[in-house]
Amino acid sequence: MRPTGPRLLAEHPNTRAPNGRKPLGALLGLLPFLAYTTTFLLVPTLIVVVGAFLDGNSRPTLGNLSALAQPQIVSAFIHSTVLSAVTAVLGAVFGALLAYAVSTAREGGLLRRLVTSLCGVLAQFGGVTLAFAFGATVGFEGFVTLWLKKYGIDLAGSTWLFEPYKGLVLVYTYFQIPLMLIVFLPAVEGLRPQWREAAESLGGSTWHYWRHVAGPILAPSFIGAMLLLFTNAFSAYATAKALISQGSPIIPLQIGGTLSSEVILGQENVGKAMALGMVAIVAVVMTIYVVLQRRTTKWLGS
Amino acid sequence: MSSLRMPATDRPDGTRQGVAVALYDLRRAYGPVRALDGLTLDIAPGEFVALLGPSGCGKTTALRVLAGLEDPDTGRVEVDGRDITATPTSARDMGMVFQAYSLFPHMTARQNVEFGLQLRRIPTARRRARGAEMLDLVGLSEEAERYAHQLSGGQQQRVALARALAIEPQVLLLDEPLSALDAKVRVQLRAEIRRIQLEVGTTTLFVTHDQEEALAVADRVGVMRAGNLEQLAAPQDLYSRPATAFVADFVGLTNRLPALVEGGRAQVLGTSVPLLPGSAQRGTATVLIRPESIAVTADPAGRATVVTASFLGATGLLHTVTESGESVVAQIDNEAVSTFNPGDKVTLIPRPNPALAVAAD
Amino acid sequence: MSLRATRRRRQASFRWAVVGMIGLFFALPIFGMVEFTTRAPGGGRTLDTWATLLDFGAMDENYPELKAGLVASAGLTVLTVVIMLVMLVPTMTWVRLRLPGMRRLVEFVCLLPLTIPAIVLVVGLAPVYAWVAYFLGESSLWLAFAYVVLVLPYAYRALDAGLSAIDVKTLAEAARSLGAGWPTVMWRVILPNVRTAVLSASFLSVALVLGEFTIASLFSRDNLQVAINQLGHRDTSVAVAAALAALVLAFILLFAMSFVGARRRTHRPKES
Repeated sequence: MRPTGPRLLAEHPNTRAPNGRKPLGALLGLLPFLAYTTTFLLVPTLIVVVGAFLDGNSRPTLGNLSALAQPQIVSAFIHSTVLSAVTAVLGAVFGALLAYAVSTAREGGLLRRLVTSLCGVLAQFGGVTLAFAFGATVGFEGFVTLWLKKYGIDLAGSTWLFEPYKGLVLVYTYFQIPLMLIVFLPAVEGLRPQWREAAESLGGSTWHYWRHVAGPILAPSFIGAMLLLFTNAFSAYATAKALISQGSPIIPLQIGGTLSSEVILGQENVGKAMALGMVAIVAVVMTIYVVLQRRTTKWLGS
Repeated sequence: MSSLRMPATDRPDGTRQGVAVALYDLRRAYGPVRALDGLTLDIAPGEFVALLGPSGCGKTTALRVLAGLEDPDTGRVEVDGRDITATPTSARDMGMVFQAYSLFPHMTARQNVEFGLQLRRIPTARRRARGAEMLDLVGLSEEAERYAHQLSGGQQQRVALARALAIEPQVLLLDEPLSALDAKVRVQLRAEIRRIQLEVGTTTLFVTHDQEEALAVADRVGVMRAGNLEQLAAPQDLYSRPATAFVADFVGLTNRLPALVEGGRAQVLGTSVPLLPGSAQRGTATVLIRPESIAVTADPAGRATVVTASFLGATGLLHTVTESGESVVAQIDNEAVSTFNPGDKVTLIPRPNPALAVAAD
Repeated sequence: MSLRATRRRRQASFRWAVVGMIGLFFALPIFGMVEFTTRAPGGGRTLDTWATLLDFGAMDENYPELKAGLVASAGLTVLTVVIMLVMLVPTMTWVRLRLPGMRRLVEFVCLLPLTIPAIVLVVGLAPVYAWVAYFLGESSLWLAFAYVVLVLPYAYRALDAGLSAIDVKTLAEAARSLGAGWPTVMWRVILPNVRTAVLSASFLSVALVLGEFTIASLFSRDNLQVAINQLGHRDTSVAVAAALAALVLAFILLFAMSFVGARRRTHRPKES
């Protein structure tokens, strides 16, 4: 039985000051943190949110929002969404398989530690490194390209690596799978061996166990992790920037474009509108994620 | 430690449900560690057998081998006369209750109980009825729609029991089901388990490290050590006539006192005491005497000194030390506890109950 | 052959098959990088590119942007970790001890960056950084302020786990009852016990800072990834080598961290 130990004591921190007043002095201790996050997190967010509704002369307008209806922006949103959804599903499926495989390995063993550390790095290391890695492999001079040329298969013919739905999907999946492992492995490890043994002793086969017990228990975590993968891909900028030199097929690149010098005055607020749109989509997805998380902790945290 | 056994012939036709279980010469090693070392055990139909022993003695391994969750290296498992050693767990038709995390967290109590029936494709109406019957049997009809995390530890184990019994298993297996629960709940629930087992009549194997628990509920108790049985006997026999020093030590409290053995009797604490069969025959030996087998009288000329007196509620224990430096624990009336003070002199006289003597080491 | 042993073997082969196949997918691009950086002009292998990269002396002349990026990233790593720790550890401990009601708020703020992607943050940070440049100059080092924000969710979770594992309240109260002042409590009682979590949060921050590109590039500042990207237009080989080196370094750091954590883990009770 897991030791409950010290945690029992801190479970009910009903520690109000003896006379019931909110400790004002204590609040001061929170000041540095609040000041910092206000300056570098909350203020920028506000600037984006408010700026989306201002025009070039800082007057309120809905013009930026209607500018979002421009064809290239709409298509950028669609591309971003589809790309994120596809890589989220791919990453989720393969990442889950990997997580299950790793969970059956010995705890604290070498394989598990190796895989977890590797995934920790690869999940963060999208961007330039990844773009170069894929370029070195399947790009114009990549060894796979050259190798396939020997067999008459010409990859370098099309700039497929730089197209959103082929190259980007492949490259994004590369960092989606590790992220899935990191996020989903704890859930898989939360499956108690007793559940499997109980299912077996009650007459269930492996299929029954997965269909009636493990599957339903893992489903919220799986979907939640997939949603996290979605926001991760949706927000990614560096990878696409390093791969794509012409055009801005996805939203983050569009936003980046509004920040560079070739921007007409007033257009930058369209960038803020786009950013607002991004935040809205991501916020919705994250809310669903949080809700799913709560249900999971109830089950797997027991 | 009152027993909860009821007369064997409490059924109208005088028979018990349940099947016979036999474990033959089970051996199981994990690397250099021998979890099971030739364990042989017979359980009669409807009997409640407890396996008792310290951590690592192999009792849980034995249960898991019976369940099919572990494979023995050699040996046979027979249920109802049939060899099931090669049968997979899902085909063994045994109900199992685990120490913790028994219940499926994403199902209500009712769904948990009905799970085994659902797997057997029992039609809905019958399944519902049986599920309700089982929940009623364990006294949790009101909690049918609750989830595991909404139930207390004791309630969870009851639901686990209902779930195991719902499928009308041939054998009921309980792997330290009470060890994770509070002391009071433990005492209550073990009586419940025994009551239900008698009512349903299923052959039961119960694993525990708590000797009081084992003695209180089982028909027979098997004390295990290092992968094998030291003794398998009814609780009363286990307690009064231990076969080895280990059993005497493990079950209940024991005093180990030096003595001289001659002709079936031992000279200990100045008195001659009869010995149990299997004791050492002559020479210096260690005699194992229970606290309640030592009579205490306050005596200013006594040869033993009181160290402390402990009040245990129903009885008391007096810790003393003899002239020769031996520690002796004797049982006294709970009312007498306050009459003894540290430093008082007392006389200790062993009662004429047969005791076990082992060769001095 | 017993069923259980068969099942275990099947599980092991499944495990190796899956890890193997997915491992292959992951290994390929990395192998591609190694292959790419060891190509000799006439076919065959050479370590010239790597020799060039590791020749720190010559880097100043040949690849100044790489050196500038390296130096900047090194400084950024240190500064980010320091700011993060100095700000988060006392704050989180303080909240646990004196302001338990504020815990939700702090958690929300720390996890907010997950919903505000870097690219969005950059848009809003532009005016803020104009002020920073006004007061502190244009150095890349001041990107650390933004990096700390990016790191907040991961660092918070790591530190939260570490603080939850020890009973901060009881430890602090015990120390205070023995006469310790707040600085002593923090430095000699709390901090040593959350060492693992602090290390974990620090390593995660290092990995993030080394891999960050978006903010640095859009603010036209130097950092490792920006330098590698620029270099890529000039000398692809060295750029790829640099990228691989950074990746390997981060991996070694995280792998080492997993050992530090493992030492303190409690063992599961043995089966009897």
